Amino acid sequence: MKKVQIVILVAIAAAVAILISFMGNLSTYETIASARQKPGKTVTIIAHLDNKLPIEYDPVKNPNFVSFHISDTLGNTAKVVYHFEKPYDLEKAERITLKGRMNGDVFEISRKDGILLKCPSKYKDDPNAAKKELTQN
Amino acid sequence: MEYIGEHLLPGKIGHFFAVLSLAASLIALISYFKATNAKTPDEAQSWRKMGRIAFGIDVLAVFAVLFTIIYIVSNRLFEYNFAWEHSSRSLPLNYLLACIWEAQEGSFLLWTIWLCVLGAILIKKAGKWEAPVMTVMSFALFCVATMILGIYVFGHNIGINPFILLREKMTGAPIFSRADYLSFPQMKDGQGLAALLQNYWMVIHPPILFLGFASTIVPFAYAIAGLWKKQYGDWTKTALPWTLFSAAVLGTGIMMGAAWAYESLSFAGYWAWDPVENASLVPWLVMVAGLHTQVVYNATGHSLRATYFFLITQFIFILYSTFLTRSGVLGDTSVHAFVDSGMNVQLGLFVAVFFIPAYGLFIARYKKIPFIAKEEQTSSREFWMFIGSLVLFLSALFIIVSTSLPVMNLFRKEKLTTGDDPTFAYNRVEIFIAVLLGLFTAVTQYLKYKVTAKDHLIKKIAVPTIVALTISILVSVFGGINYDKYGAGFMVAIHLAMFAAIYSVVANAAYIYSGMRGKLKAAGASIAHVGFGLMLVGILFSSAKKEVLSHNTTGIMLTFDPEAKQDPTENITLLKGVRTDMGKYWTTFIDGDSIEPRSKAQYFHIRFEKKDGTKNFDLYPHWLKSNKGQQQISANPDKYHYFDRDIFSYITAADNPEQRRDDTVRFKSNPVALHDTVFYSKGIIILDSIVVNPEKYHFGKGDTALMAKLTIISKDSMHYTATPVYYVKDNQAQYIHDTVFAQNLALRFNGLSAGRKIDLGIKESAAMVPFVALKVYEFPQINILWIGTIIMIIGFIMSMVWRRRQARALRAQ
Repeated sequence: MKKVQIVILVAIAAAVAILISFMGNLSTYETIASARQKPGKTVTIIAHLDNKLPIEYDPVKNPNFVSFHISDTLGNTAKVVYHFEKPYDLEKAERITLKGRMNGDVFEISRKDGILLKCPSKYKDDPNAAKKELTQN
Repeated sequence: MEYIGEHLLPGKIGHFFAVLSLAASLIALISYFKATNAKTPDEAQSWRKMGRIAFGIDVLAVFAVLFTIIYIVSNRLFEYNFAWEHSSRSLPLNYLLACIWEAQEGSFLLWTIWLCVLGAILIKKAGKWEAPVMTVMSFALFCVATMILGIYVFGHNIGINPFILLREKMTGAPIFSRADYLSFPQMKDGQGLAALLQNYWMVIHPPILFLGFASTIVPFAYAIAGLWKKQYGDWTKTALPWTLFSAAVLGTGIMMGAAWAYESLSFAGYWAWDPVENASLVPWLVMVAGLHTQVVYNATGHSLRATYFFLITQFIFILYSTFLTRSGVLGDTSVHAFVDSGMNVQLGLFVAVFFIPAYGLFIARYKKIPFIAKEEQTSSREFWMFIGSLVLFLSALFIIVSTSLPVMNLFRKEKLTTGDDPTFAYNRVEIFIAVLLGLFTAVTQYLKYKVTAKDHLIKKIAVPTIVALTISILVSVFGGINYDKYGAGFMVAIHLAMFAAIYSVVANAAYIYSGMRGKLKAAGASIAHVGFGLMLVGILFSSAKKEVLSHNTTGIMLTFDPEAKQDPTENITLLKGVRTDMGKYWTTFIDGDSIEPRSKAQYFHIRFEKKDGTKNFDLYPHWLKSNKGQQQISANPDKYHYFDRDIFSYITAADNPEQRRDDTVRFKSNPVALHDTVFYSKGIIILDSIVVNPEKYHFGKGDTALMAKLTIISKDSMHYTATPVYYVKDNQAQYIHDTVFAQNLALRFNGLSAGRKIDLGIKESAAMVPFVALKVYEFPQINILWIGTIIMIIGFIMSMVWRRRQARALRAQ
């Protein structure tokens, strides 16, 4: 066997090992209900902001504490606690991707990148926002 | 209905040229294809002539499209969707081009323009390779032209028409039922350019990045041409400057994106392994792998098959990246991908029409690609260059597989996503890649092609090795890298990588003198490697030693969040005028009222005073309020540059001045006797004394003034004083309020009440104190990263010039 072939085999083995360990660290997308079944495990939830309940954020008291409520398409709701600043456009987000753990009844997010907002027109075209603009007045 | 005041002609002209460019690129494609497969030179010549004419028409049409869009936007023709959606009257002209590439269709146009420029150069320079290479170019031009076509075929739309009218796009909106809709206020101005893009980086970063994207097709086209014409090894020397050009420009574009993210976005860093960043890094890694094997083939005849594979694959990855970032599949995983624009099938096809024929041809011809049966020596340069390329490729493969999770999810029932710590998932693998690449780049130049004598190698490499080892031990001991967040193993890896990076810098710098005897013209590769090594050093330092300075160390008000464990308290709140303790600095929020009229940016003035008194400086981080669609805020950081580190700060929250004005909370009245105590939500207030006609206010003889001296003791046993004043002027009761910002407390002396008591008004409201919450980071040695990048790019360019001269000399023979 040639050296190069050996090297390639080793490289493939390493790549496979890395990918397997990568896959092992992945989390799953869950609904709020199924996340409740897995307390303490890191999961990802796609939901939207529950507008009926207020967003709690008082930077004068504590700039590192945000709490709000989400509801998902199945109609379940949960309280979310995020230990960072309030993302600027949280109120306007159409959809929120949250990565964290269910801790009792509260969904805890302990990493800054645990919240990803999908906002209308960040630097993209959103027909709905534009339509809204045109129907005003 | 006849609409009043519309300018329809520019749109018709623009769309005509868009269709013309599609047709012309198709004719160019067919002509060049025929020219490539022609049996006789005469036949080839006539087809090629036709191809050139068609290509020329295409170029004219593409520029006509561009100028029409510029005309529409600069003349504020808001009846066009493009102008209405992406520009506004207040937009300064230098951002005119930026609003063109804000739109999907505009960025495709940018790609087309660069393809045209590159095609024109190739026609002039490619010689006998013109026909096959231009066939590939024309095919790409044809594909990209469909992206800005915007016509409907059997209910499917093909491309996005940049010349569509707003009323055609928003068919449902009621105002378009009026013939005079253009006189309506919402048609008088456009939506404007997204605030994030109103930045000088956005004027230069996209054109460079897209030139990089567009240029990757040239090495790919040469590889296809080689397979197609069965002249397998003939093109590699001619095409080498192109590979270098592409690697240089794409690398510059990527790093400009990193600089943009660092300079003006609040991502708190230059690289976050965001899928959009990865999507452009991966083709670059494969391109660099292909570049090395191409050099190996030119020097030794080895690695031609690998060269084909890498140069084809890098371009396929470019197309795949385009699909990833523009199709909307990354919507839930990336902060800055485009949204789904209904072109997914078209974008997928764009990948497929290149993927299938390119790999098909590669596999069909694979056996015929020449190779040297005798294997490379372990002591040879080509062997280790190949291994290095393989490592680059595997690293790219790892990144792209990880980035493609959303695509895999399309076919899976149980949807997967990144785990707990997405960036560490990359870092823990890439750190070892960095170790390997650092070592390879350090040592391999000292090896000779074919075979290297052992004592020769040892003699040459001994000094740089010892120097590098010494420096890196010094760095490890005194550099203060104690990044134990991920355990000792990872920290060891960081120190290893630091050694490898320093080794790469030292060994390559030394090689310029010992190996090339200072012959700088030919030293492009060594210089690029020095730059690459410096980049690694900068990355390792700034990431491992990045420090959050804005820990809330005030010790107050943190009982609110008992769950805040370890150190996520990255924000600190500064009350206006209150000097606050922040680790090594005292920080004061001076004011936040200055607003730049044009961009509506609100600047916050923050003063930093180093506690040891050596340094004071001011930062002005600001907020941009976007006018786009809805109110939207984006924070732009400000930095103070020390020579060896940056202090980086951005605003994460601020109070709303309007809210402060409409403060509806009322003063609650409380009768208090002298030395009496009243409660408020966070503590007690004691009336110490009452002063008549206090001196500090300079009351006249006829005035009656009373000042209450109050002591406030909060729950956390902090003491504050307040002195509200009550006075009578012109028979009117007047008040001078006092506030305790830290307690959200406003106090008013309402007057006297029965039983030797005073009436004390107490108001508690969060909305009254001007404040900001901000983050402050320290990035050490970030300058090494930028300097390394510049050196690497210079190395690439020097190499390109050198190889071009070699290729020209070869042609002249």
